[in-house]
Amino acid sequence: MSIATNSHVLHRRGFLRVSFAAASGLLVSLYLDPRFAGAQEGGGQQPPAKVYPPDAFVNIRPDGKIVIQVNRLEFGQGVQTALPMLLADEMDADWKNVIGHLAPAADVYKDPMFGIQMVGGSGSIAHSFQQYREVGAKTRAMLIAAATDRWNTTADQCRTEASVVHGPGGRSATYAELAADAARKPVPTTVRLKNSSEMKLVGKKVKRLDSRAKCDGTLKFGLDLDLPGMKVAVIAHPPVFGARVKRIGDNEARSVEGVRDVFEIQLVKGSGVAVVADKFWPAKQARDRLKIEWDMTGVEAADSTELWTRYKQLSLTPGTVAVNGDLKAMDQVVARNRIVAEYEFPFLAHAPMEPLNTTIRFDGDRAEVWAGSQFQTVDQMAIAEVLGLKPEQVTFHTEMAGGGFGRRAVADSHVQREAATIAKRFRGTPVKLVWTREDDVQGGYYRPMHFHRVEVGIGPDGFPAAWRHVIVGQSITADTPFAAFVVKNGVDQTMTEGTADSHYNIRNLHVSVHHPKVNVPVLWWRSVGHTHTAFVMETLIDELALRAKMDPIAYRRKLLKPEAKKLLGPLALLETATAAWRNRLPKGHALGISCHESFGTGVACAVDVSIENKRPRIHRATLAVDCGLAVNPLSVESQFQAGVGFGLSQLMAKGAITLKGGRVEQRNFDGFVPPYIIDAPMAVDVHIVPSGEAPTGCGEPPVPVISPAVVNALARLTGKRYRTLPLANI
Amino acid sequence: MATFKLNVNGQTKEVTVDPSTPLLWVLREDLKMTGTKFGCGISACGACTVHVGGIATRSCIVPISHIGDRPIVTIEGIGQDLVGRAVQDSWVETDVVQCGYCQSGQIMAAVALLKHTKQPTDKNIDESMGGNVCRCATYPRIREAIKNAAAELRKGGA
Repeated sequence: MSIATNSHVLHRRGFLRVSFAAASGLLVSLYLDPRFAGAQEGGGQQPPAKVYPPDAFVNIRPDGKIVIQVNRLEFGQGVQTALPMLLADEMDADWKNVIGHLAPAADVYKDPMFGIQMVGGSGSIAHSFQQYREVGAKTRAMLIAAATDRWNTTADQCRTEASVVHGPGGRSATYAELAADAARKPVPTTVRLKNSSEMKLVGKKVKRLDSRAKCDGTLKFGLDLDLPGMKVAVIAHPPVFGARVKRIGDNEARSVEGVRDVFEIQLVKGSGVAVVADKFWPAKQARDRLKIEWDMTGVEAADSTELWTRYKQLSLTPGTVAVNGDLKAMDQVVARNRIVAEYEFPFLAHAPMEPLNTTIRFDGDRAEVWAGSQFQTVDQMAIAEVLGLKPEQVTFHTEMAGGGFGRRAVADSHVQREAATIAKRFRGTPVKLVWTREDDVQGGYYRPMHFHRVEVGIGPDGFPAAWRHVIVGQSITADTPFAAFVVKNGVDQTMTEGTADSHYNIRNLHVSVHHPKVNVPVLWWRSVGHTHTAFVMETLIDELALRAKMDPIAYRRKLLKPEAKKLLGPLALLETATAAWRNRLPKGHALGISCHESFGTGVACAVDVSIENKRPRIHRATLAVDCGLAVNPLSVESQFQAGVGFGLSQLMAKGAITLKGGRVEQRNFDGFVPPYIIDAPMAVDVHIVPSGEAPTGCGEPPVPVISPAVVNALARLTGKRYRTLPLANI
Repeated sequence: MATFKLNVNGQTKEVTVDPSTPLLWVLREDLKMTGTKFGCGISACGACTVHVGGIATRSCIVPISHIGDRPIVTIEGIGQDLVGRAVQDSWVETDVVQCGYCQSGQIMAAVALLKHTKQPTDKNIDESMGGNVCRCATYPRIREAIKNAAAELRKGGA
């Protein structure tokens, strides 16, 4: 146990802070902040506008507000509400006074499983469930210990409710009154956690803490940051990935009023031209006026049409083996009982609504960063490296982000490196680097293109007797530090997940992969490999069910392994939840079914689809979900209701990124078109399997199920199979 | 550079900017009103929607020199309006937002719809909200929140 005081803060700001260490880091702290306490110890000095200690999880303020540090980025998934719920519930904090604060980069906030501070793999709740509950319970125990000292009683004589400790004889004290004493108490090594019947918040529908500020324009995202003297930068990136600047014609650009500098900037690959101006508009105007000659020598000009040809060729040869089933089993199946299916999945951009941005001020011996990052640890290290600093010299503020879907978790931290390179040149001046939508759509780091070739041999029972599956696509993690964890025997498992580990009892399953090298940067896109594997598996299984003349739900239940409880439960629930409408659809409508497990969560999906203006119109979607304990069922429902809409990106007619001669053919939302309200289901009802098991992911699992369900419905309407994405007009 | 006098949320503001500057960037960078968002810059996503002269307008493509004396209402001011307040409240009550970045624009579009359509049908909603992207795809709850706000407003006799 140690008392940690941040002495420069203590003396300079004139307010007291006490914090306490637990094995996992500092736990509880107390601020006597004159703004809240009315105390004027510091004699009129202004406290900082934003108080957040980088080393504690709970701050109990004298005004009764309880600030809980959230160890991850909030970008829509709801952790800024759900993680405080876990802690506040165990602590018996008054929920009305809880504030969720996005923690800056610090060791104590690293993901307990991954060992870096990050959001990914739908692990926020799953990994921090125990951690946040324990911190809450320990904080409560320390508050009770402070009360028992004060009243000369014992802990079993005290109870807690809504930020108050109640003791014998009607005595009571608020957490705020007890906090200073509590912070001096030893941190208990073990605590009893609540059982589900004692929980007041967890398992209940709790509304988001950030709603109001997101509805009245007051919430500040990274892009909204405004610092005194701040400059805004944009970069002209090369038209082909990795190309270099040969010559810059910048006379016109420099003549734009408000432009401060135009210069060549080294990128992670190749080089570009940075423009720094007083504001965004002059920076953009100047960039539009640049005349740049590019050096393309030695740079591969990727081309989608050529890549399809190459990928298809590759798929005809067995690749690196992921699952080594008996290849000869196919010979036992007569030709008329075989299906050969080839699938195409294009590059996809994440296109989060808030364009990528990062603000950095470099002060020589330290730097300050403001970024909506899914990878604080990685980005902090990259910025430190560019600036010649140690990571601890880089203060990294986590800014609320407008979506991300994987795009803010990049192993090479290319945006942060660009921002740091510019900030280095503008020492002492904060510079905000803004990627425009064009930069985003054309800037790479896409979900990779994939080609699947599957040969299925159907047994006399109507179930697969042999299954040969070849997947072709770039490895997302190759050449990154993540390869060590994800690439096994030459197979990037983020590409085979959902197939190689299928929960269906597929006899003689053989899966192999090819990982071609292509000059297009690729990245995980919400639900990663499941974006394509679930589509292939669920459309083929549906086709098999149809051939076997079996109900699509019954067929799946029969084919699933008995241990696939996370899918069998949802399928059973889906059957009852859709009983009222599933078999009573109006003429011209059809039912589509799918199910898929990812990130530990099983999902079953039913859709009611018709065709309007040559496009699928989704009148209704019903989802049944087993995500273990639903910490915030309202948030789980939100993730699934909307997550299926995100998944429909794959089906949009203009939902692909394509390259011709190395250049990306789409520029903005007019060429790469995300789903609009008309493309989304009219209504989505979500049914959660009751569970007391440990919580599993909810951010990504909605995405894989929807596209196969929709095309399965279309297949029933038209008799055709849809294996090429994006989905052309019907 | 030129000086423009603007009426924003009922207040008179003066800015000196390049006349080509879109209203969006004047709001965000000169008037420091960052509730209105930059999403695409080509009027394809609606994140920048404000009301100009009472009409839902994509502020990212309207040069400041085209505004004239028409009053501008932004997300920061829409809560002063009865319909605006009802829509914001309904959004919170329905727990619509996720990342929230597009929601200023969604709310401004929804207010414009409810100003002239007291009882919007799904078709009205598809048409009026049809140009606003929510990348999180909170569309089912946006639809629900609009209907809830309309019901509240009818109850209130507005």
